[in-house]
Amino acid sequence: MNAPTKISFSQGINMALDEALAADPNVFLLGEDIADAQGGGVFKATLGLSAKHGTDRVRSTPISEQAIVGAAVGAAITGMRPVAEIMFMNFLTVCMDQLVNHAAKLRFMSGGLTSVPLTIRCGTGAGVGFGGQHSDMLEAWFAHVPGMKVVTASNPADAKGLLLSAIEDDDPTLFIENVAMYAAQGAPPEPGYKVPLGKAAIRRAGGDVTIITYGRPVGEVEAVAETLAAEGISAEVIDLRTIAPFDEAAVLNSVAKTGRAVIVHEAVKAFGVGAEISSRIHEELFGQLKSPVKRVGSKYSPVPFSPPLEQAFLYSRAEIAAAVKATMG
Amino acid sequence: MTTSPTGTVDNDTLLEIFRRTSLINQTDERFRSLLISGKIRLVYYPVRGQEVLSASMMTALNPDDYLVTTYRGVHDQLAKGIPLKKLWAEFTGKATGTCKGKGGPMHITDPETGVMVTTGIVGSGLPIANGLALSSQLKKDGRVTVVCFGDGSTNIGAFHEALNMAQIWKLPVIFLCQNNRYGEHTAFAESTSARQIVDRAVGYNMNAIKVDGNDAEAMYLAAKAAVDRARNGGGPTLIEAMTFRMLGHVFGANTSYVPKELVQQAIDEDPVPRLRKTLLDRQISEDQLAAIDAGIASDLNDAVAFALDSPYPDAGEIRIDVLSTEIAA
Repeated sequence: MNAPTKISFSQGINMALDEALAADPNVFLLGEDIADAQGGGVFKATLGLSAKHGTDRVRSTPISEQAIVGAAVGAAITGMRPVAEIMFMNFLTVCMDQLVNHAAKLRFMSGGLTSVPLTIRCGTGAGVGFGGQHSDMLEAWFAHVPGMKVVTASNPADAKGLLLSAIEDDDPTLFIENVAMYAAQGAPPEPGYKVPLGKAAIRRAGGDVTIITYGRPVGEVEAVAETLAAEGISAEVIDLRTIAPFDEAAVLNSVAKTGRAVIVHEAVKAFGVGAEISSRIHEELFGQLKSPVKRVGSKYSPVPFSPPLEQAFLYSRAEIAAAVKATMG
Repeated sequence: MTTSPTGTVDNDTLLEIFRRTSLINQTDERFRSLLISGKIRLVYYPVRGQEVLSASMMTALNPDDYLVTTYRGVHDQLAKGIPLKKLWAEFTGKATGTCKGKGGPMHITDPETGVMVTTGIVGSGLPIANGLALSSQLKKDGRVTVVCFGDGSTNIGAFHEALNMAQIWKLPVIFLCQNNRYGEHTAFAESTSARQIVDRAVGYNMNAIKVDGNDAEAMYLAAKAAVDRARNGGGPTLIEAMTFRMLGHVFGANTSYVPKELVQQAIDEDPVPRLRKTLLDRQISEDQLAAIDAGIASDLNDAVAFALDSPYPDAGEIRIDVLSTEIAA
C-alpha cells in the first residue's frame, strides 16, 4: 500500500496514539466513548485503536471527568503514561481540582518523589455551532498554573508529532485540538516524526513585523501574510506549537529583528496568552520596538450559537491585517 | 452486601496494631505539646480518637500496598510505616523531610512505604486511588490501594464518580470512610442525607462493611476481608469505620459545637485504653506494653530533635520539581 499523500488532523492524532501504544506498555487511553464499541471517539480520533490494542488499554469510561482525570493521575504516579480524552475543553471545568491541585502540583509537593506523565486531549473551538459550553479556548487558565504544559497544533503532521512528544514527556500536558480542524488535510509525517515541546516553528520568514500565533489561526495568519506581502509588508509568522512554556527565544529573536509584533489567538483577547507574550516582548525589547505590540483575539463574550454572531465573536482576517498595518504606522 | 467478618485476631497481630496505635497516639500528643510550647508552627489536624482504626487497617496491608489519605492523615501515614524522622522534618518544613519541605503536613508523600498522595482537597483522593488500583490491575502487580476520607467527603461529587468507576472496573481498591461524626464543624446528620455511609454503597452495587473502628479486632477483620477480596480480584469495598474526632477539626479551635455528652461518650469509649485492656485481658503483660510505648517515645525524641535541628530548604529549590526540568533562574 502506498503512503497517503494527505492525512487529516484526526488521522494525525490517531497515528500518534497508535505509535505510543505500540511502543510503550505503560501507555493507555481512557475517555468517554473512545473504544470502537462506542464509536472510536466522538471525533473518531481513537477509531480502530481498541480493536488493535485491546479495551484494557483503550478504555471507554462513564461520563465522569473527575474520575477520568483522577484515575489518570493515580496511574501516572505509578509510572504509567495515560492519555485521557476529555471530549470538550469546557468539560475540564468539572475536573479542575484534579488538574490544578493534583496533576500540576504532585511533582513539586512530593519534592520530586512522584511525577505525573499524563496527557489530556480535549477538543474545542468556535465556528462550528456548538455554542457557549462546547467552544471555549481556555489555554490561558492552564498556562497560568505552574507545573503544566499546554500544547496545540496547526496542522496534521504537527498534531502527530506534538502529541507523541506530549505522551513521552514527563510532565502533565494539555493537548488542545480545534474541532473545526479535525477534517483538515495536510502532508503526512514520516514514521516516528516528533515535534519537540517548547519549540516554535517559523511558518513564514519576513522582516517588517512578527506575527505570533498558534493552532487554527496559523492558517489564517499565513493567508493574511500572503495578502500583506502583495502590499509590500513582509511578515514573519511564528507558530508557537507549545503555548506553555512558550519558545521565548524564538519570539524575542524575531521581534528583535523586525521591531514590530502582533499576537493572534482564538481565545478571548482580554487576559489571554497574548497579554503575557506582549508583556514579555515589552519587558525585553521596549527600546527596540518601532511600535506598540498589538493583539488580536476573540470578543469578550460567551461563544454565541447563531452563525453571524459566532462569526462576530471570532477574530477575523480583517482584524489581523488591520493590527499588522497599525504596527507599521 | 453489608457483611461483618468474624474470626479471631492472634496476639502478634494485635500487638502490632498496639505498636502502631501507640506510635500514632504519642506522635499526635507530641505535635500538640510542641504547638502549645511554640516550638513548631503549623496548622494541625488532630487524629486523637482515630488511632486504632488506622493501625488495624494498615496492619492488614502489605508494605508495598498503596495509600491515599487526607490532611487529617498522620495516623494513616504512620500506620503505613512512613519513616518518623522524615515525617517530622516535613511537618516542620525542613529540607530533610519526605518532600524536601515542599509539601508540608497536608501533602505527605513517601512512595517507599506506599504513601502515594496526601491531599488537602476533600474527596479528591478517591478518583486518584482508582488510578493507583487501575495501574495494579493493568500491571497485575497484586497491590491493593486504600483511600482514607471522612464522612464529610461522601457528600462531594468525586466520591460518587469514584465509587461508580471502581465498581464497574472491579478495581482492587478499598474506600475507608473514617466516620468521625463531623465534617469541619457540621454534625453528620445535618450534612448527610444517608442514614449511614454504607447505604451509599448500595447504589453502586458495591460490597460494604460497617464496623466499630475503635474495636481493633473487629476493624482488623473487616480490613482483612476487604484486602483479601480486592487482592483476589473481587473488586472494591466501602468500609465505614465508626470513630470520633476527639479534638475538633483544627487543633486549638473552639469545639463548643460538640455536645458535652458526645465528648463524654467518646472519652468512655476511647479506643487506645480499650486496646490496652484487650491485650491485658489476653495475658499480655503491662511490662511488655510499657516497653513498646517507651521504645516509641525514644524514637519520637530522636525524630523531633532531627526535625528541629535540620536545615530549611535552599531558596533555589523553588525552581526544582515544578517541571521535569529546572526552571531558569
